[in-house]
Amino acid sequence: MAEHTVIGKRPPRIDALDKATGAALFSADIVLPNMLHGKVLRSPLPHGRITRLDTSKAQALPGVMAVITSADVPAFQNDDEILMPMVPTLAKKRVVFAGQPVAAVAAKSREVAAEAIGLIEVEYEVLPFVIDVLEAMKPDAPLVYPSLQSGSGPGKKGASGNLFFSAENARGDAEAGFREADVVLENTFRTQTVHQGFMEPRAAVADVGRDGKITVWTDNQGIFKVRELVAKFLNLPLNRIKVMPVEVGGSFGGKEHQQLSPLCALLALKAGRPVKMVMTREEVLKATRPAPASVVTLKTGVTRDGRITAMEATMIYDYGTSVGMPGLEAIFFGSITAFSLYRIPNFVIRCRDVLTNKAPSGPYRAPSAAQAAFAMESQMDLLARALAMDPLEFRLKNGVVEGDPMVNEWSFGKIGFKETLERVKGYLAEHAPPEGKNRGRGVAAGLWLTGCMGSAAHISVNADGSIVLVIGSTDMSGTRTAFAQMVAEEFELPLSGVTVATGDTETAPFSIITAGSMTTRSMGKAVYRACRDVKEQMCRRGAAKLGVERDEVEYAAGRVRLKKKPNESVPIPDLVKEDYMSPFAGPITGTGAGEMMAEGTPVFAVQVTDVEVDGETGKVTVLSSVVGQDAGVAVNPTLVEGQMQGAVAQGIGWALFEEYLFHDGVMENATFHDYRMPTAADVPPIETLLVEVDSGAEPYGIRGVGEPPIVPGPAAMANAVMSATGVRLKELPMTPEAILNALKSK
Amino acid sequence: MNKRIVMTVNGQEHELLVEARQTLLDALRYNLGLTGTKEGCGDGNCGSCTILLNGQAVNSCLVFAVEADGQEVLTIEGLGQDGKLHPLQEAFIEEGAIQCGFCTPGFILTAKAFLDSNRKPTEGEIRLAIAGNLCRCTGYDKIVRAIMKVAGDKDGKGHG
Repeated sequence: MAEHTVIGKRPPRIDALDKATGAALFSADIVLPNMLHGKVLRSPLPHGRITRLDTSKAQALPGVMAVITSADVPAFQNDDEILMPMVPTLAKKRVVFAGQPVAAVAAKSREVAAEAIGLIEVEYEVLPFVIDVLEAMKPDAPLVYPSLQSGSGPGKKGASGNLFFSAENARGDAEAGFREADVVLENTFRTQTVHQGFMEPRAAVADVGRDGKITVWTDNQGIFKVRELVAKFLNLPLNRIKVMPVEVGGSFGGKEHQQLSPLCALLALKAGRPVKMVMTREEVLKATRPAPASVVTLKTGVTRDGRITAMEATMIYDYGTSVGMPGLEAIFFGSITAFSLYRIPNFVIRCRDVLTNKAPSGPYRAPSAAQAAFAMESQMDLLARALAMDPLEFRLKNGVVEGDPMVNEWSFGKIGFKETLERVKGYLAEHAPPEGKNRGRGVAAGLWLTGCMGSAAHISVNADGSIVLVIGSTDMSGTRTAFAQMVAEEFELPLSGVTVATGDTETAPFSIITAGSMTTRSMGKAVYRACRDVKEQMCRRGAAKLGVERDEVEYAAGRVRLKKKPNESVPIPDLVKEDYMSPFAGPITGTGAGEMMAEGTPVFAVQVTDVEVDGETGKVTVLSSVVGQDAGVAVNPTLVEGQMQGAVAQGIGWALFEEYLFHDGVMENATFHDYRMPTAADVPPIETLLVEVDSGAEPYGIRGVGEPPIVPGPAAMANAVMSATGVRLKELPMTPEAILNALKSK
Repeated sequence: MNKRIVMTVNGQEHELLVEARQTLLDALRYNLGLTGTKEGCGDGNCGSCTILLNGQAVNSCLVFAVEADGQEVLTIEGLGQDGKLHPLQEAFIEEGAIQCGFCTPGFILTAKAFLDSNRKPTEGEIRLAIAGNLCRCTGYDKIVRAIMKVAGDKDGKGHG
């Protein structure tokens, strides 16, 4: 591994000071002169036909400046709103989930806006609905999107009824593989709908200029994606929308889509004044985009010596009313990530994505992976037990290495699965499982293909040699700090000599969304190339000034010097400062851009969870947690650890507490009191083991790190509960009630 | 119905006209422009809006502005003194306890009130003390470490 001076160090986040002092501005903190306040009217029903929608009383209320319904949305003039779950699906004729927007108002105060919402008259014809994904697959189930039935809907291959997407993938001969097996197990596992649980509720501010151009501030995972979606909603060209950078209070996949900013922009356009909208927590839970529930059935065969011979998988994912969220398909992320960890010579994988009358499903940290991994890694534990093998040894025996195929037949490049398993094994050798009644340890592994897509960066050089980097990517995990470290590394400068500025959609070059654990990779590549570009220009200019050829000089710590005589050099300020008499004066700016790399850099995480289960109450106490991860080269280990620890805590919530409870098709636990996320008292100290296996990717051999550590979490917990109590829970969440029932029927 | 109140916020006396139903959180954010205090849920379940009312940590979304009449309020903007960060702010920055930062002001103020009353807490006591504040990014580990660092460093003085 190359020696670095700033990469691999632990400087504090460059945004931390503002966040520690309350100075950081989130979208709801933005205040504009003359600003109005907007509010949304939402469907109280999971399914209904709108028979009457009258906004006249709301329009007439003093202080109301704009009212909008579906009829005002340019994007919905020709297309059905349900086809566009990335933007607010303002209902046209039918509501398909409780919480769906029906109308919105902008008024002089929040109080008047709320009053106006109450004056909008809507009458519905109540239609039958379906919430449970297996019920939705039955032939007599209410149809969420009837035109799927006729084949004219948006469904893909094999779509019918509520089955929106259906696909199969196979390798070898599964039947022959099962005949070869000594042990064959078949189990069905279920996971629940969960929310990303970002702390900052969704918020937007939109302003409209004299020329009708719209400026938007909103929580996001990419300002260019916001621009695209607002433009699409309003049917305007991209250059009529400008999106400003803001701090984002968590997202975890939940802010890729825009459920508020397009409404806010339309209201501002209609009112001719700036509008602010902030969702309540209830709206966030009911009407944004939670992660899909799943039902996964696995049949797996192994030989007595622990070799997997065959697998048959059926994955059913609950899409809610999402018919157009790209990248969510179970066949893609779910199956590739849950089943590619092991060498499986023969398999059949069937994927079914199904519509229900729930809010459209959306991505949540490693989308679709943790659901399938809950099944696969629970099954791996059951197989190891059936064979009386150590669960880590069983995984080591079957684990993939470089050159092995994924289930979609992409080939693994440089990966660190076995290295991560070995590292965890070494740690556990020194940390015995907890002793005592109802205590146990669970192990699980997970994979995520951290991505890389096209982004660009600009660099300019100040007259004193300090560097300004301008990017347009949204910082969720500390990427600005990582880029500052990269620039400091390349220019051999202290971090104080580097400024990272986040531009808006007009001042920054294009950036892909912050998702797929890819920002440090995607934008990092652009930043690295921009540094190279600038250093090349410095060297050319320096060589000319020194009167030598380009090849004879090199950049070193703020100077351009002769390679053979390092003492002969010219400082960078002499090459860029304002000087009317010097031919070497004037600005140096550089750009860098990266390209898409489909297979990304695979990352493995292995989690070990120790628990104690209260035999009287069924309550699980998490005693300790260890997570090992193949982190490539960690640009800032503190930030990588923070990602791993945060993901472990989310996994604890997914495993034990969080779920959507429905009554008459309406989520009935839409508060943080009833939708219970883990607190500091529920989460143990989390040990992190960074296994740095150079990915070979530009720059520095880094990998994406944010999503992988959530993937094994829920399965590690179920395996720990099994180890502690002898009961196997195949359904999440493992509430005290569920565990008590399982203990009783043991 | 509007009511005139006088409260001391971050050491400065403010006279405001508030609506009877307005929360203290709302008065701080909208009337005084102190947006460092965040609204995460609006019903007292997340702790993002924590401020100190006469030195006690409270969810400002659950306090009416009129209740703060004549009282002393400390928000995140008033925590550092004389241009210096409070040790908890420093520790949160240094320990990597801040990710998205939305919950950070609430955590820091909850921790301050706790350390003011409990100078030698155990890790378990710290975890319970901050259990009313939700964080979705960090897994709490580095937040707990940051608070332990201040509790351990200060030997009972200097973090007041």
